[in-house]
Parts: sequence; structure tokens; C-alpha cells
Amino acid sequence: MSSSTVQSTATTTAPGGGGRAGRGGHGTREPLSWLERIRAVVGYFLTVYRRTWRGSIIGRFASPLFFLLAMGLGLGSLVDAKAGGVGGLSYLHFVVPAIVATQSMWVAMGESTYQVMGYFKWNKMYAAMLATPLRVADILTGHLLTVVFHLATATTIFVAVAAEFGGFAGWGALWCIPIGVLTGLAFAVPVFAYTASQQTEDGYNILFRMVVSPLMLFSGTFFPIAQLPVWLQPIAWATPLWHGVELARGAATGVVSSPVAAWVHVAALLAFVGIGWVLALRLFTRRLVA
Amino acid sequence: MSGLDLGAPASRATGVSRFSRALPLPAGAGMARWVIARNAMAFRHGWVALVTGFAEPVFYLFSLGIGIGALVHSVRTDGGSEVPYAVFVAPALLASSAMNGAVMDSTFNVFFKLRYAKLYDSMLATPLGPRDIAVGEIGWALLRGALYSAAFLAVAALAGMVTSWWALLALPAAVLIGLAFAAIGMWATTFMTSWQHFDYITLAIQPMFLFSATFFPLSTYPEGIRWLVQATPLYHGVALERGLMLGEVGWALAGHTAYLVVLGVIGALGAARRIERLLLT
Amino acid sequence: MLVSARGLTKTFGDFVAVDGIDVEVRRGEAFGFLGPNGAGKSSTMRMIGCVSPATGGELRIFGQDPAVDGPAIRARLGSCPQADMLDEELTVQENLWIYGRYFGLTKAQTRKRATELLDFAQLTDRRGDKVEPLSGGMKRRLTIARSLINNPELLLLDEPTTGLDPQARHILWDRLFRLKRQGVTLIITTHYMDEAEQLCDRLVVMDHGRIVAEGSPRDLITRYSTREVVELRFDSDDHADHIDAVTGVAAASRVELLPDRLLVYTDDGDATSADLHARGVIPLSTLVRRSTLEDVFLHLTGRTLVD
Repeated sequence: MSSSTVQSTATTTAPGGGGRAGRGGHGTREPLSWLERIRAVVGYFLTVYRRTWRGSIIGRFASPLFFLLAMGLGLGSLVDAKAGGVGGLSYLHFVVPAIVATQSMWVAMGESTYQVMGYFKWNKMYAAMLATPLRVADILTGHLLTVVFHLATATTIFVAVAAEFGGFAGWGALWCIPIGVLTGLAFAVPVFAYTASQQTEDGYNILFRMVVSPLMLFSGTFFPIAQLPVWLQPIAWATPLWHGVELARGAATGVVSSPVAAWVHVAALLAFVGIGWVLALRLFTRRLVA
Repeated sequence: MSGLDLGAPASRATGVSRFSRALPLPAGAGMARWVIARNAMAFRHGWVALVTGFAEPVFYLFSLGIGIGALVHSVRTDGGSEVPYAVFVAPALLASSAMNGAVMDSTFNVFFKLRYAKLYDSMLATPLGPRDIAVGEIGWALLRGALYSAAFLAVAALAGMVTSWWALLALPAAVLIGLAFAAIGMWATTFMTSWQHFDYITLAIQPMFLFSATFFPLSTYPEGIRWLVQATPLYHGVALERGLMLGEVGWALAGHTAYLVVLGVIGALGAARRIERLLLT
Repeated sequence: MLVSARGLTKTFGDFVAVDGIDVEVRRGEAFGFLGPNGAGKSSTMRMIGCVSPATGGELRIFGQDPAVDGPAIRARLGSCPQADMLDEELTVQENLWIYGRYFGLTKAQTRKRATELLDFAQLTDRRGDKVEPLSGGMKRRLTIARSLINNPELLLLDEPTTGLDPQARHILWDRLFRLKRQGVTLIITTHYMDEAEQLCDRLVVMDHGRIVAEGSPRDLITRYSTREVVELRFDSDDHADHIDAVTGVAAASRVELLPDRLLVYTDDGDATSADLHARGVIPLSTLVRRSTLEDVFLHLTGRTLVD
């Protein structure tokens, strides 16, 4: 994609030819616009994805579907029979929006750990991009936009499938898509920063087992955090997943404690994205340029 | 500097290879313990991984046991007794973590060593043979699995989720589950050529984890698909562990055990055959 | 005779990697396989290392058959593969320790030997470090140290200095000389003629899975090349244009055309250059040098070694 961008704007001249040759000849060349730079970066990642998308189908499609069937329908029948659902909702309606947010977390983690490490360390693609007129901010923005694309497609597919299984009570469920994207970004951006700070991939083991997995289990996904011991609850408040789950569940079911609470959730997620961005830009720059 | 002593040749491995030849099964695997020793040595640098590997099933136990338990209270098992949800789910988590650990060790880790680290190539330049490697890797997976299972059982017992002395047998049962899955996993790994293929492993493992009467009893499933659940290996692992930990002991447990033994033998035979062809070309 | 091969063949499907070679390696010598990439050197080494079964022919190492006594032969071999294949999860000394156990050495034997080898490989002060951050030369020295842990009678070195910088190569050559002096038989593959000339008592030149020549480096040069070579570079895109002008010049026996120069094989380089000058042939540069194995290879195969 980046090469096609260059070609389309290049006026063909012989090597060593005249001065006013656009970007194809020798001499001063017209700088790339912001849009061109971002398009070039996104284009690269999407080209790679065209080769590898098949493998991602399982994680993005099958896996949340399995959770929907097991937890929503299987465990749900048990919960509904014994407790009459959760807070007036059937267990399926309770759990499906939370699975949307949780799936976003998994997709975001998948895109921002080993993948990003690979571009730093193994195929050194970030360094290759920096050898062109692209800047660190372009690379980071372009790569994150690609993550947004992955989050949006994964969430949309799952919302559609879950709707088929009666996972939603109404059209409010459509809000789950942007909420899923935002929740995913609240993980992806800080983890991009974390990855830039790591020399080896050893830390991911701990990140997945001690952070991501427990978050799925203790962020109100499968049961309200009110069931947790009181001392655990403030920890849930500090995690992006709980905010995402609450927001998605509120939007899909229409059961919202207060509009203020909803805005607090949005603000919390945006804060993770914003602080993550500042850190990521700084750490990417330190790693790639310094 | 030049003081490299090349005096009498150091004692050769003949004693060990005679020992390995004397062992009927698995033939030629007498040096497997050094593969285990190598893994243990590497693991000393990664003790954090050891601790976190143990933590995951415990997280599940407390999350679902407490959280879902507060909603569901008690569950009627397929054996017919009414037990608290945490007691119901604990044996299933033991079985599935035994499966997960064994599959991780025998697929991802073996694949990495096989294709990337080229670890086995350097092992094969020594008197070690492919069977030493296969047996050693599976042995290591079992050893580590046993450690996790013992720790998990201890936590479950302390939390009052174990109700029968039969639970002592839950540890060897977990090792058996590990053996069956490690053997099959290693066999599968010999067919893999790229990381993309691991998506198929996930595709097999995740539904088993969710649908083997793990989180809700078999009676919850629609009657038409119960046979499918009962056909999967993890179902038998879960049923075996649940029978032992709840003290619901009967002939059915022998059936579950036999299923896992057969699976393990098939996997081990397949893996040994393939690995020879793969490594010695 | 440590190694003897008769009609040794290795095929992968339709591809013939090693095409019926005869080789004999004597105790105490440094024996080389010289050839370009893909000549079949590594396949031969893997067969000698008993990690790859021969497709055809007969192979004996220490008088034993690899197909029957693979582990027993490997117990007496040291093998240093082309890629280092070190265990990156372990430290430098742990790599040696665990490797010793694979040979059935006791813990005490292994530790003692590892200490000596760390010194030999000049890695003593890095012994507790992980392998990954070591330089290429250090990793290669560690691989060689590891292959010596069992005190082997025969050491196989597959492209031992490929990818190393000149200084690291010289350190490595020095270590290999010491081993040779101590009586270890070395089998080396290389596509560097300077390495072959430096290290090997005797070598075979391989091309397309076959042996095309055999002898000591000096032998081969005397037999297949002239004493000296005059290298001529002209200011033109195609050096073929100048062949006619050079042909038949004094003392020269042969002219080879390369993309960027002409090689004139001669017994007296100075006489040849003087005659060229007299004929009015004025190249950009003229270099008179001694013949090397590179010239032998060029003569035997019509190709350069490193391309």
C-alpha cells in the first residue's frame, strides 16, 4: 500500500533526471500529508492481515460464540432455574453484553502483545517504516487504527451472532459495538506502551495469567461484582474491563443506574486510552529513535 | 588458557544405553530423564511462570465458586447428590487445568523447541534418541501437571471444597488426564508446520473446557447432544475427578479411566512413530 | 581410519543432495569439505554426525555403522552445527552442564569439564549470563565448547566461521588449531577458501553433490591452477570485449572471465603484466597474486565459490 501510494503520486522520470519530478526523481520532494502517512501505515497492516485473517476467525468468532453457548445458555439455564436470573434480567441477557466487552479485551490483547513485539524485535518492521518519511506518531496511529478495525469487525460479528441466539433485549445492543471498540482501546493503547518498554516477551505470561484472565473472572462479566468480597470491589472499579462491561450491559438492557454513572464509565475508558497514548508515544519514541 | 585436558576419554554413555536397551517400554528412552532435567533447569529461571500457572485454576475456582455459587447455591450432580456449586465445579477445574497444562507443554512448548529453538537437533547430536525426547517431554509435562494439581487440591481442600478421602486419588487421576492429553497433543504437534495451526488446538480445547459438564451438569444439556459431550476426553476426566472428589465412586469411574488410558497409549504410539520420521531425516 | 564412506548417497525426494561420494578421514588430521552453498556438504556432515540416515552407499565411523550404532558413535563425536542451536532458556554454563548429562557423564565430570571449556572458549566471565545477549563469536565459541564436553575423538564443524567478523574468525581458528595440536580429528565444511587453506591438512572439493577433487590445499593448487594470477579490471561494462587482446600473452596458460574482471593464469605474473603493457593493453588496475583454492574451484566448476 505504501508503495502504491508512492507510485500513484510519482511522475516517472529517469533516475538522476530533472529536479521538479514530484517524488520520483532526485532533488527536493513534496512531503507526505498526514493522511497519506496514516494510509500508508494502515495499508501495510491490512496487507499483512489479508494473508493471516483465517487464523483470527477462531479467536474472534468461534471463541465468543462458545462462551455465549456455555455461559449464556448452559450456565444460564441453571441460574435462571435456581435464582430467576440476575437482578430481573435473564442470565443470557445479563452475560452477553459482558461477553462483548470481554471479547474486545482479548482481541485488543492479542493485537498489542506478541504482534507489536514482533514488529519491534523480530521482523523490525517499525524500524523499516521509520527509514521512510514516516514518523513514530504516524506508525503508532496507523497501527492503532488497524486495531480499531479489528475490534470493530470482531464486535460487529459477535453482536450479530448473539442477536440470532436471542442474546439481546433490544436495539440498544447496537451500542455494544462502539463500547466494545472503546473498551478494547482502553487495553490496547496502554499495552502498546507496555510492550515498547519490554525487551523480552517473558512478561506476557504474567500479564495474561495474572491480569487478563482474572479481569475476565472478577470484573462483573459472569456475576455482579456485588457478590465479591467487599475488599475486592474497588479493584474492579480500577480496571477498564469493569467499566466496559457495565457500559455495554447498561446500553444493551436499558437498565442504567444513572446517566452520570454511564458518563463516568466512558470517562474512565477514555482516560485509559489518553494516558496510554501519552505513554505509548513516549516509549515508542524512546525505543525506536533514541 | 590452553589448559584443556584431553587425557583419558571421559566415561562413555554405554552404561546408560545398555540400561535403556534393557527397558522394554518405551524402548530406547533410558536417557529421557535428562530431557526432564533440562526442562527443570530452564524452569528455575522462570519460577514466576510456575506460580502464575498454578494461579489460573484457583482464580476460576474462587470466581465461579463464589460468584456463580451465590446465584446458584447448589447443583444436583449427575451422580445424584446435591452439592454447593463450588464443590461441583472444583473437580472440573482440576481436570481441565490438567488438560490445559499438558496441552500447552506438549504443543506450544514442544513446537517452539522443535521448529525455532532447534533444541532437539542439538539433543540428537548426543547419544539421546527421539524416544528419549518424546518420553522426556511427556514426563516433564506430567511432573509439572502433578505439581499444579497437588497445589490446587490443597487449596480446594483448605477452602472446604473436598468432601471425601477418595480425593487422594484425584492427584493420580489428574496425572492420567495429563498423560492422555500430552500424548495426543505431542502427536498433533508433529503434524504442525506453522503457528497458525495452533488455532486448531484452541478450537479443540476451548469447547472441551466449556462443554464437558465442567460448569453445569450433563443433565443441563439438551438430550440430543449429551452423547457428543460424553464422547469428549475431557468429559471423562471431569467425571473421574468429580466422582473421586465427591466420593461418588462406582464402576463408571473404571470406564472413564480406561478411556483415558487408551487415549494416552494411542497418542504415545503415534507420537513416537512420527517424531522419529520428523527428526531424523 | 575414523571415517570411511563408499558411494555415500543422500536424496530428498527427487533431489540428490549427495551423489555417491567416497571419503576417508584419518585419525588426527583436519579434513575439509570445500564447496559452495548447496554442494551437499551439510548433508554429508549430518550423515557423519549420525542424525540423518544415508540413502545409499556405505558409511563407517570408528568402524561402526550409524544405522545400527548411532548413539554409541554419537557418544564419541562432537558436533558443531551451522546454526548455533544453543539453549536460550539456560545460562552459558548450564548449556554445558546439561549437555554433558546427555552423554551420560557424571555431574562432577561435567562441572569440571565445563569449567575448563569455559576457559578454553574465553567465556569464563560470562558463565552466569543468558545466551541471547552474547555476540555471534561468543555464541559460536560456546557451541564449540559444548561440542567438546564429551571429550570427543572426532569434531564436526559445519561452516564454523560463517557470519563472524574477521577478528572473531581469527580467535576461532586459534582455538581450532589448539584442538588439532591436542590430537582431535577435525572435519570442517566451509565455503571460504582461506579457511580451508588455514585449517585443513587435506580436503575434498564438492560441487552438485559430487567430489570433484581431493588433496592437500597446496596439492590442489599445484594440480589445478598456475603459480600466479593476474587480475585485470577494465573501464568497460563487458569484460568479454578484452579477452582477445589478452589471449596468448607471455607465460599465461588460461584466461577466465568474471563479471567485473579478467583472471589471467600464469607461471610468472610479472612477465605477463610486462607483456600486456608491451601489447598496449591498459587496464584500470592490474593485480598480481598467488593462486588460491578459489582459483582451483573456478577451474574445476567454472564458477566462483561465494556468489
